[in-house]
Amino acid sequence: MSIVETRVLLRHAEDPKMATLAGYESYGGYEVLKKALKEIEPEWIVNELEESGLRGRGGAGFSMGKKVSFLPHTDEAKYLCCNADESEPGAFKDRELMQRNPHQLIEGMIISSFAADIEHAFIFIRGEYDDQADILDRAVDEAYEAGYLGKNILGSGFALELTVHRGAGAYICGEETALLDALEGKRGNPRLKPPFPAVQGLYGGPTLINNVETLSNVSHIVANGADWFKSFGTEQSPGTKVVSVSGCVKRPGNYEVELGVSLRDLIYGLAGGPLDGREITAFYPGGSSSPVLTPAEMDLPYSFEAMAEAGSMLGSGSIIVADDSVSIPRMALRTAKFYRHESCGKCTPCREGTNWTEKMLQRVCSGEATPMDLDIISSVQDNIMGHCLCVLGDAMAMPVSSMVNKFRDSFEQTIAEEAAKAWSFGGLEAADGPVGDPAGRTSPGVPSGPPTGPSKSPGRDVQDGDEPGPGGVSPETLRRERLAGRSIPSGGGS
Amino acid sequence: MTPVMPSDFDPRNSEPEDFVSPGLPVDQANTTGRLPVGDPEQIPDPAEVEVPADLREQIQAIVDKYPDRNHKGSPKSAAIPVLWIIQRRYGWCTPEGIVQAACVMQVTPAYLESVASFYDLLRTSPQGEHQVLVCTNIACWMRGGDELLDSFCEKTGADREAAGHGGALSEDGKILVSGFECLGACDLAPMASVDERYFGPLENADAGTIVDQLESGSEVLPEKALDKRGLAGGVADSTDERVTGGKGPNQ
Ligand SMILES: Cc1cc2nc3c(=O)[nH]c(=O)nc-3n(C[C@H](O)[C@H](O)[C@H](O)COP(=O)(O)O)c2cc1C
Ligand code: SF4
Ligand code: FES
Repeated sequence: MSIVETRVLLRHAEDPKMATLAGYESYGGYEVLKKALKEIEPEWIVNELEESGLRGRGGAGFSMGKKVSFLPHTDEAKYLCCNADESEPGAFKDRELMQRNPHQLIEGMIISSFAADIEHAFIFIRGEYDDQADILDRAVDEAYEAGYLGKNILGSGFALELTVHRGAGAYICGEETALLDALEGKRGNPRLKPPFPAVQGLYGGPTLINNVETLSNVSHIVANGADWFKSFGTEQSPGTKVVSVSGCVKRPGNYEVELGVSLRDLIYGLAGGPLDGREITAFYPGGSSSPVLTPAEMDLPYSFEAMAEAGSMLGSGSIIVADDSVSIPRMALRTAKFYRHESCGKCTPCREGTNWTEKMLQRVCSGEATPMDLDIISSVQDNIMGHCLCVLGDAMAMPVSSMVNKFRDSFEQTIAEEAAKAWSFGGLEAADGPVGDPAGRTSPGVPSGPPTGPSKSPGRDVQDGDEPGPGGVSPETLRRERLAGRSIPSGGGS
Repeated sequence: MTPVMPSDFDPRNSEPEDFVSPGLPVDQANTTGRLPVGDPEQIPDPAEVEVPADLREQIQAIVDKYPDRNHKGSPKSAAIPVLWIIQRRYGWCTPEGIVQAACVMQVTPAYLESVASFYDLLRTSPQGEHQVLVCTNIACWMRGGDELLDSFCEKTGADREAAGHGGALSEDGKILVSGFECLGACDLAPMASVDERYFGPLENADAGTIVDQLESGSEVLPEKALDKRGLAGGVADSTDERVTGGKGPNQ
C-alpha cells in the first residue's frame, strides 16, 4: 500500500524560506493578489468560491462561498475574523499551516476581504501558540511593508488593516460568536444566534468567520478556478485536507490528502498504523467532538458525507487513534473532563450536563457505578444534545454517548473490576460467589482473586487503577507496559 | 466554618479562605491570591495613577491596532493583549498592573479583572519565573502525559494534586507546573510547553533535564523543540500534474 500525500497547501512547506515574504514570493506568492486587485471583479471571486464547493475546515463544514455571499452589500464596516483558536483535542493542522506558510493565509485573507469589501481583518490565534503568533506578526509586518496591507493596496484603492489577536487559553473562544466576544475584549461567552455573524458580528457589523485552512485555500482557488479545485476530493467534499493524526500510531503528524481517501490509507498508510504488537480498538475521526468509530469502519472514505453517514463527523479533520492498551471508559472520562473544564457555564444543560457526566464517569472508573448508571449517562447526553446555546455541549455528548453505546461491555467490565478491587483493598477479601461493591450492590461476574496492582492515591483527577482485562491483562497495564518500553518515532526530524 | 453569604462578604476585611460559596464550584482565582487595589468599579484617574512611560506607550500601541469608536470599535478590544503585556512585565496580572492598564485604556479595573479570571493563561496569582504546562488531554494521556506530569512534580516538589487542577508552584516558588488541556501538538505526545515553547515527545526522564536546564539558565532540550521539527511522515510530494502545474502560490 503506497499512499502519497497530495500537498497543495503544504507544498514546499519543508523549506524554512516559505515562512518569509521573499521565500513565499519566490514560490509564486502574492501573484494572484496582484492579478485579482487589477483585473478581477469581486463578484467573480465570490462566485468562484461558491462554485468550488470549498467547505469550512474548522468543524461545521459550511460552504465558504455561501458564507461570503450572505454578507450584506451595504456601506457599513465589515470584518473578517480568521479562526486560529485551534483548541479541539486532536487538532494541530492550523499550527503547521501558520508556522510554515503564514503568507498563504494572509494572501487568502486579503483576497477574501477584497471580494467581500471588508475593511479590517483579524487573526484570532490561541495564546498557547506563541511561536506561531510571532511568525504571523512578522509576516503581517512584512506584508504591510510590501504594500499588500494598509491603505490603497498596490495602488488599487482597496484598503485593509490586519490585526493578529492572541487569545489567552479558552477552548470556547473557538466558537465563532465567543470568538467575537473575545475579540471585543470580553470574557468569551457564545451569543444567541440569530442574528448570525454574517449579519451582526464584530462590533455589530457584518462579519465573516473562517478557519485558517479554509482561508489558506482561497488564493489557490482564485488562481486556478473552481473546476481545478473540484478535481480534488469527492463531489460533496472537494479539495485537499490537512489531516492531523495522533494517538496510538507510529507516525503521528499532519498529512495533506485529497478528501475521500480511505481511513485505512490515512491511519495505516501514512501514519504507520498501530504501535508494534497493538491493535486499534477505536478512533475519533474528527477531533474529540466526533463520535468514535471502530476498525469495522476503517475502509470508509474520509469525506464529510461518508463520516456523517457513519454517524460521526469529519469536523476539523483530526483523527485520534486508541489501541487495546487504552481503556475506553477512561478515554470517555478524559473527554468529558475536558468539556466540563471548557464549558462557559452560560446554559444549564451544558454546565450541569458536562459536570455530572464527568462525575458519573468517574464513578464508573472507580467502580462505584452500576450498569444502570450507564443508561443514566446516555440519557443525560440525550438531554444535552440540541438544548444548548452553542454546540460545546453536543461536542461532549456525541463522543461520550457513542462510547457508551459501542463499548458498553467495556464500561460494565470496568465497573465490575473496580468494584471488586475497592472491595478487596478494603480488607474484605472477596469470598466465593458474587462480589458486592461497598454500597452493598452486587456485581455478578467479577473475577475474584488477589489485587493486581497498587491503588492510586485518591483525589487525582482520574483514578487510573489497574484492572485485569479479558486476557487477564488490563488495558491500563498494557498502557503502562507500552510506556515503559516506549520508543516514540521522531515523526519527521529536521 | 459557617458559610458567608456573598452579600455580607467584603474581600477587604476577611481572609480569602473565609469565603465559602453556597454550594457552587468557585474558581480559586476569584477568591484567593489577590485583592483589588483602589475602587475596582471606578475608571482610574490618570492624575492619580502612575504608569511607567514605556508601558503606557506599549498599551497605547495595542489599543491603536483596533478599530476606534468612530469605526464602531472600542478600546476594550485590546483587553486580552494588554493583560498579556501586564503579565509579561510583572510576572502575573498583578492588581497594580491591572490598575495601570485600566488607567491607560480608560476602563474599570473590575472589567480587566473579569477578563483575566476567565482565561487559563492569564494568571491572577504569582506564577513563578518559569511555566511548565504538561498536556494531559486525550492523545498525550494515551502516551504518558499523566506520568510526565508526575515526573515534573517529583522533580520540582510541586503538589501533584494542585498541579492537576490549575497549577502548583515548585518548592522554591520559581517554577509553575500545571496539567493542561490539549495544546495543539498531539503529534508530539506526550508534550509540554515550557516558557511558551513546545517540546516533545518527552520521556519521563526529560522532566528532570528540563528543570535542571531551567534552573541553570541553559537552553531547554533543543533536540526536542517543536520549531526544530520537520513535517511529519516525510512522504514525497506527489508528481500530480494538478499540483505541479497549478498557478498561484506554492509553485
Ligand atoms: C466549542 C467550539 C469550538 C470551536 N473551535 C474552533 C476552532 O478552534 N477553530 C475553528 O476554526 N473553528 C472552531 N469552531 C467552529 C467555529 O464556530 C466556526 O464554525 C468556524 O470557525 C467557521 O469556519 P469555517 O467555516 O472555515 O470552518 C468551534 C466551534 C465550537 C462550537
Ligand atoms: S453550550 Fe456550554 S459552552 Fe456553549 S454557551 Fe452553553 S454553557 Fe457555554
Ligand atoms: S492531546 Fe496533548 S497536545 Fe493535543
